[in-house]
Amino acid sequence: MNGKPKLALLAACVATPVLAAGVAMDDQSQLTPKPAATANSTRFQPPREDDLPDNAFGKLVREGHAIFVDTQTHAAEYVGNGMNCTNCHLEQGRKADSAPLWAAYPMYPAYRKKNDKVNSYTERMQGCFQFSMNGKAPPAEGRVINALAAYSYWLATGAPTGKELPGRAYPSIAQPKGGYDIARGKVVYAQNCAICHGENGEGQKAAGHYVFPPLWGKDSFNWGAGMHRINTAAAFIKENMPLGKGGTLSDDDAWHVAAFMNSHERPQDPRLVDGSIDKTRERYHANDGVNLYGVRVDGVLLGQGTN
Amino acid sequence: MLDSVVLRAMPLAVLVALAAGPAGAADGEKVFHEGGADPAALACVTCHGAQAQGLGAAGFPALAGTPAAYLAKQIADFRSGARMNPVMQPIATALSDAEVSAVAASLAAMPGPTVKEAGRADAAVGAGAKLALRGAWDRNVPECVACHGPGGVGVGASFPPLAGQSSEYLSAQLDAWRQGTRKNDPQALMGHIARALSDDEVRAVSEYFAGLGQWRVPQ
Repeated sequence: MNGKPKLALLAACVATPVLAAGVAMDDQSQLTPKPAATANSTRFQPPREDDLPDNAFGKLVREGHAIFVDTQTHAAEYVGNGMNCTNCHLEQGRKADSAPLWAAYPMYPAYRKKNDKVNSYTERMQGCFQFSMNGKAPPAEGRVINALAAYSYWLATGAPTGKELPGRAYPSIAQPKGGYDIARGKVVYAQNCAICHGENGEGQKAAGHYVFPPLWGKDSFNWGAGMHRINTAAAFIKENMPLGKGGTLSDDDAWHVAAFMNSHERPQDPRLVDGSIDKTRERYHANDGVNLYGVRVDGVLLGQGTN
Repeated sequence: MLDSVVLRAMPLAVLVALAAGPAGAADGEKVFHEGGADPAALACVTCHGAQAQGLGAAGFPALAGTPAAYLAKQIADFRSGARMNPVMQPIATALSDAEVSAVAASLAAMPGPTVKEAGRADAAVGAGAKLALRGAWDRNVPECVACHGPGGVGVGASFPPLAGQSSEYLSAQLDAWRQGTRKNDPQALMGHIARALSDDEVRAVSEYFAGLGQWRVPQ
């Protein structure tokens, strides 16, 4: 909550006529929220980058964009792995059905079961850093949060507040009738994913920086990240993978390969209770979608962490 | 053959010979400068430049610094026709497997261009930069750098360097995918992207990446 009213005020003070024109109050795109089937043309359209004003607000938004697409460089002190925000939020946080920022920002503050309290958008972003980025929460009033909040706010220009827009999150897909199959997922992975993410999920670098993110292991998201849920990962994969060819895997294969990915070890859940995987599973994972934290796979207990 | 390699006693040649393995040892440097044992296997230097920096105006690509596995795959694809090229097809067929391994290793070891930093966080001015750094997601076209790396430096064995290739070569390849004369992209990752681009976009993005690489010698 901390950054939001201040930024809104800031935007109101400095917005140019171009931006103000973009804040269309009679925009119709959000009026009939529907799940995934909605055609793209009816989706909310975030403002164009070219229309960003050349002033203090525009500068802050650009900084937020830079952090979002190259978190490794622009918010390095809060990142503990090889991920960037845009690895999960495609098209720089714009793409419908890929957890776009324009659909998230207007839905906060919101109650989250994850920490059993009402979260501000700032707290939601801090959660991304703690879990998906396996790092630490940037301070609520600091440069990183302010810039990311400004970027999110700008992308949501004209979006209704507190009204769920079509294209939010990832469209969920049904679990395979016979359940997921990790062995089948391994085959799907080798055929479709390894070319970019490596044979062992290690990702690939160029000039010392990850280009393709690591999917498991010490440089990937931790056991507390939303993507550790097989159902969430399956939805993401179905929608977006292989990159540029989203929607080409079958629903079942998306589940199988998500299960394969998430049957590997990754950094520990930072909420670890009393050093106990069992207690942590009971409190945070037992009722958190479909996941393998604290579960034995091929005789090996998952959730031990990599650090 | 092996004797002549050893006798040359050039560190690189020895290295290449070792890398190629004892059974099919060939001299990559020699293949580059003089061609293969079969006279139809013309020397690479003829068209690809003294330092394998390419001949831009003619559309012959730079090869220096390109991963060996990528180069070897292209040769195999010229042979099979998955990548059609009237100049390279007979040369690829005339090279022995050992010569391909050796020359690919030699080329990979040659210095590539200096690449300007250009990342996803940079401003994207112009149609080429927009495609490269922002993509065209309304057509399922990812940011070029999402796979080819910052500045188009290339990533691993499957995503070749774009920076420092001539705009002539890059646009010819995009056109080849659009026309179906090149269909050797692994998992068909590239073809649909090329086919989603307009003529203007092909030109713009080719010029963009050509401008990011700087060779010590002219192309």
